[in-house]
Amino acid sequence: MIEARSLTKVFRDRKRGEIRAVDGVSLRVEPGRIYGLLGANGAGKTTALRLLATLLRPSGGSATVAGYDIAAAPERVRAHVGFLASSTALYGRLTAREMIAYFGRLHGLADATIAARTARLAGELDMDEFLDRRCEKFSTGMKQKTSIARTLIHDPAVMIFDEPTLGLDVMSARAIVRFVRDCRDRGKTVIYSTHAMGEVEKLCDTVGIIHGGRLLAEGTPGALRERTGTLDLEDAFVKIAGGGAVP
Amino acid sequence: MSWRDIFTVYRKELKDMLRDRRALLSMIIIPTFVMPLLTFGVGKVALRVTAKVREEIPTVVILGGEDSPGVVAELKQSPRLRVGVAPDDWKQQIADKKIRAAVRLPAGFEAGLRTGLAPPVVFYHYEGELRSQRGLQELEDFFRALRERTVVARLGDHGLPATLAQPFEFHGENVAPPEKVGGNLAGGFIPYVILLLCFTGAMYPALDLTAGEKERGTMETLLCSPVARGDIVLGKFLMVLTGSLAAMILSATSMGLSLAIGRALAPGLVSTLPRFSPVGILGVIGLTLPVAVLFSAVLFTVALFAKSFKEAQSYVSPLMIIVVLPAVIGMLPGIDLNARLALVPVLNISLACREMLSGVWHWPWLALIFGSTCAYAAIALALAVRMFKREDVLFRT
Repeated sequence: MIEARSLTKVFRDRKRGEIRAVDGVSLRVEPGRIYGLLGANGAGKTTALRLLATLLRPSGGSATVAGYDIAAAPERVRAHVGFLASSTALYGRLTAREMIAYFGRLHGLADATIAARTARLAGELDMDEFLDRRCEKFSTGMKQKTSIARTLIHDPAVMIFDEPTLGLDVMSARAIVRFVRDCRDRGKTVIYSTHAMGEVEKLCDTVGIIHGGRLLAEGTPGALRERTGTLDLEDAFVKIAGGGAVP
Repeated sequence: MSWRDIFTVYRKELKDMLRDRRALLSMIIIPTFVMPLLTFGVGKVALRVTAKVREEIPTVVILGGEDSPGVVAELKQSPRLRVGVAPDDWKQQIADKKIRAAVRLPAGFEAGLRTGLAPPVVFYHYEGELRSQRGLQELEDFFRALRERTVVARLGDHGLPATLAQPFEFHGENVAPPEKVGGNLAGGFIPYVILLLCFTGAMYPALDLTAGEKERGTMETLLCSPVARGDIVLGKFLMVLTGSLAAMILSATSMGLSLAIGRALAPGLVSTLPRFSPVGILGVIGLTLPVAVLFSAVLFTVALFAKSFKEAQSYVSPLMIIVVLPAVIGMLPGIDLNARLALVPVLNISLACREMLSGVWHWPWLALIFGSTCAYAAIALALAVRMFKREDVLFRT
């Protein structure tokens, strides 16, 4: 489970002064559910997810992920989280198998467990053909599959996706969407950031609209449409992000 | 701190580096071949140039001397000089290296030899130019011999023995072992090369494992793992240190092997090179170990600030001067190790290595240098760990 309470992140910039990238965000995601964090570029989605993945430390507020406090036990949080973002790349000079095994070892898994899980993931993701090839020569789809296997090798309870379909072709993006849905079906807690409305409609049980670092509205896609009196989620988003919070 | 995690990170980085051609070039290939190239390549060229200069008969011109036909004829007959006609622009021709030197025979020189009132002879040459110096030397030898012959002849005229002018002979004999002579002559050069290779060996891995990873986006992937930040730093740092030590050990080994093989294959060439005591070489390696740690930690910390490999290069390049300058000062004659200099990083190692290679072991200062360098290295490493925990450094955009 993920639970954030008034989570805040302030950056200090010499030119721009104090920037509140995440401003008092509170949210809760239950196991077997997908929470979609919807926002424009620079809205604070990446910072919020990096806080939950403990890549960044919060300036205020608190959060627990998989039962561990992100400030007090960041290593324990990371041990139970799978983080996949368009910015998390692969080591080009390692093979896919070596890449997966490396992260298995970093998660403290035994070699036998890593080998068994790699074989299972390779089968599920159809990776057998390129498992022993170096990542630097992979197509985008191959890279995505390897990244997915990397995030799943330690079988995390919580999955955090930060715009995972950014820059992907339709087929690769569909594979990611399918994978996210599988995570939910396996009972994992999933939080997913994007600005693609179609993906949100297809995937998310709950949607949070973030703008200027603040969570302006939250609810199911249907509830958000209803509250704003719009027919599709995009209109609802524009109304909320452009016109302030919805009661 | 988990040694398992540190070793996991280190093992992966080592595998990664060994698959990178640029890393192999800076850590293995250059250190292995630079010493034999310097020893034999540059040495052979220097020997060839010197031999060529020695074999050449220098062309000189005589200015004046119309009333000294005997001396002029003797000069022209000398097998070690080629005497030409002095052109109007003889000075320019010396500067243009067409004529090696010139000698001015003043009016009445030959007559003065007989009366004992010969006016001074003047030589003209190109200071610092090897071939011109050789011409000057031949002229000096010629006129020194003429002076001695003149003295002997005058003594004979007065019925006095030639030994009156030279009542005794003297010569010098070296009593220092060849290792000490070698250490004194080139003891500053060896640590200079080793320190430089130690630095360049660490440079590529430091840049690639920090700024390179940030640029490629793998740093964020790695930070998603549950491994403590400090353990990641130590794993990566060990790889940078491996690069530095590999460069140092390979360069020292290849230097030893080059000399050993050279002695067997080209004894003429190697006999001209200075000899070093093996214990001195081991001392140099021992004392350079903490410097390798210091270089690795400093390079790691500086490169970590950069967003890209290119930016890191621009940060690290000026550091090269900081390494080279003290090492060069350490090569200068007359600068000796003292308690204050023993605390100056890099310079202290350079000076101490020169002494060790000459067979001088100042144990208290060596201990001070080793201790202080270890302390600097520890501070640099602590700083690297601290920097790696800073978000504004890791996620600089």
